[in-house]
Amino acid sequence: MMAEYPRVLTNRYGLPQSWTLATAAKHGAYEIATKAFRDLAPAQIAAEVKDANMRGRGGAGFPAGVKWGFLPKDSKLAPYLVINADEGEPGTFKDRTIMEQDPHRLIEGCLISMRAIGANVCYIYVRCELVTSIARLEAAIEEARDKGYIGSKPFGVDQPMQIYVHMGAGAYICGEETSLLDSLEGKRGEPRLKPPFPAVKGAFGAPTIVNNVETIASVPDIIRMGGKVWSDLGKLPRDGGTRLYGVSGHVKRPGVFEAPVGLTLRELIYDLGGGMLHNDRPLKAVIPGGSSTPVLRPDELVHAPDDKHPLHAWHGKSHIDVPMGVDTFRALGTMLGTCCAIVMDTSVSMVDAARNLMRFYAHESCGQCTPCREGSGWLHDVLDNLCAGKGKVEDVQLLVDISNNMMGNTICAFADGTAMPMLGFVQKFRQEFVEAATGGVPSHTIGATARAVGGVA
Amino acid sequence: MTFTLSAESEKIVDELLTRYPTKRAACLPVLHLCQRQAGHVSREVIDYVSNRLDLPTSEVQGVVTFYTMYHQHPVAPNVIWVCRTLSCDLRGGRELQVHLQKRFGCGLNENSKDGKFTLKTAECLAACGQAPMVQINDEFFENLTIESLDRILNEIAARTAIPGTTTTGTTTTGTTKGG
Repeated sequence: MMAEYPRVLTNRYGLPQSWTLATAAKHGAYEIATKAFRDLAPAQIAAEVKDANMRGRGGAGFPAGVKWGFLPKDSKLAPYLVINADEGEPGTFKDRTIMEQDPHRLIEGCLISMRAIGANVCYIYVRCELVTSIARLEAAIEEARDKGYIGSKPFGVDQPMQIYVHMGAGAYICGEETSLLDSLEGKRGEPRLKPPFPAVKGAFGAPTIVNNVETIASVPDIIRMGGKVWSDLGKLPRDGGTRLYGVSGHVKRPGVFEAPVGLTLRELIYDLGGGMLHNDRPLKAVIPGGSSTPVLRPDELVHAPDDKHPLHAWHGKSHIDVPMGVDTFRALGTMLGTCCAIVMDTSVSMVDAARNLMRFYAHESCGQCTPCREGSGWLHDVLDNLCAGKGKVEDVQLLVDISNNMMGNTICAFADGTAMPMLGFVQKFRQEFVEAATGGVPSHTIGATARAVGGVA
Repeated sequence: MTFTLSAESEKIVDELLTRYPTKRAACLPVLHLCQRQAGHVSREVIDYVSNRLDLPTSEVQGVVTFYTMYHQHPVAPNVIWVCRTLSCDLRGGRELQVHLQKRFGCGLNENSKDGKFTLKTAECLAACGQAPMVQINDEFFENLTIESLDRILNEIAARTAIPGTTTTGTTTTGTTKGG
């Protein structure tokens, strides 16, 4: 029996025409904004969000309330709010559900957040492939504009507000916040050198806050419940609330589920996810939160005998029994990322899985920094050779060396996000890579079909 | 041959320009509009956008080549993107791709023998829980099997005119129900 969790963020999912104002308003949409604009000063809104202990839902897990505090107090330029809806981290498909099922929640979150930071304009940067998300957001913005929620005096307050959808054009790197800003400005999406950080100098040279869709969509509930109460929904310290969990790959019931922060991968896979897809093929590995987060194995146990270690409470337990939090997963040597797990059973070759992901990174590197551009392509080439049985045993160490030369040597985090999972695969499944170096990848793996017709991938 | 946007789209461009503090920021959305009308981003489209937004053509060209969703060459009336990233791969995405190549008798970035489809691969389209999936024009088709994909393609092929018999270029306009 699937466990039941409180539905806060997703309480309008599944209602008939949940994306329309008619339905959303019947179930509370814009009530919180009405109250917040009337009763709360901008600083009070920001304080509640800070109290909520929300870790940004885009992948980096930075405390959302703290981020707003980085805006300069003395700027002559009004700040922009930019929503990162460029959902594209492999394995991640949660923000799309908000935009499709409940766009008014995101818009209400944008309005309250704009009030808090003093913004007049908000851009929602959506990847252009998400046609339904874009259509529903635009229709919802139109409805909100007709009601005057968006306009010259939203909820009677003298702070004009506009919200626009800005379509991307197909580039994973545009999920990186400074690359997204360049793309918003009409340029190639190449990450910027930092500092200056966007909070100081972001879109069009003005102070800018870039937040993820789920982060901002959570703001109305934080204000409704109060930051502290919302925070206490989560099971971990300094990591509050409920959040969206995704699970895909070899499970019976892939999908997106809302649950408190701090569920375990075991609960996500075997309870929410309905268990492994094939009864005779057990869990081999799980990528916890999007492809950039290093893989975990269920047969590895937490080693934290020291009672000061952050994972001491789980000493001796399987990695998939550690609560999923930003800090706990960092301590585990991986990352929580987007909290959308990719589940792989024993039929999957880790070499082939790594090859699939490294092809992705090689394809998506923006090409600006040499270690990333060359490194990601090189990793993919080496893995291609290993899978085809043309590799050498030394290649396994080569994968490690290339990765180490990418880490920390580039403008943005893309190279680290490529090297970390690569290192994770080799570290956790080294023997499999060595075997591939001598015999290629066995034919029953996911690579079998494509190579049979001549390596079309 | 110079390219011009329809009067209706020109109005959209005028509105787009009010959204941003710079003209340049409208570059991506204007390119989308042009592609929707012309089928792909030709040299003429690039000239048009550079004139309309006061940008050097090299800058516009740089944008076009950076993003995968701008077609730099003419495409068939229907474009199929097969997601090839891990979650789809685990659930049969690669088999779909192989099947499509066989069905169409073409490789990637090529047109089907009947000229009705262009076959491309896509990186993760944020539909991992509904894997495997393809995007056809503007619509996502999820939880596919080879059989269900074939049925969808048969329907689309049946309502697609054979290129060459239409008057102007191609269009990639589809429905927007998706997901």
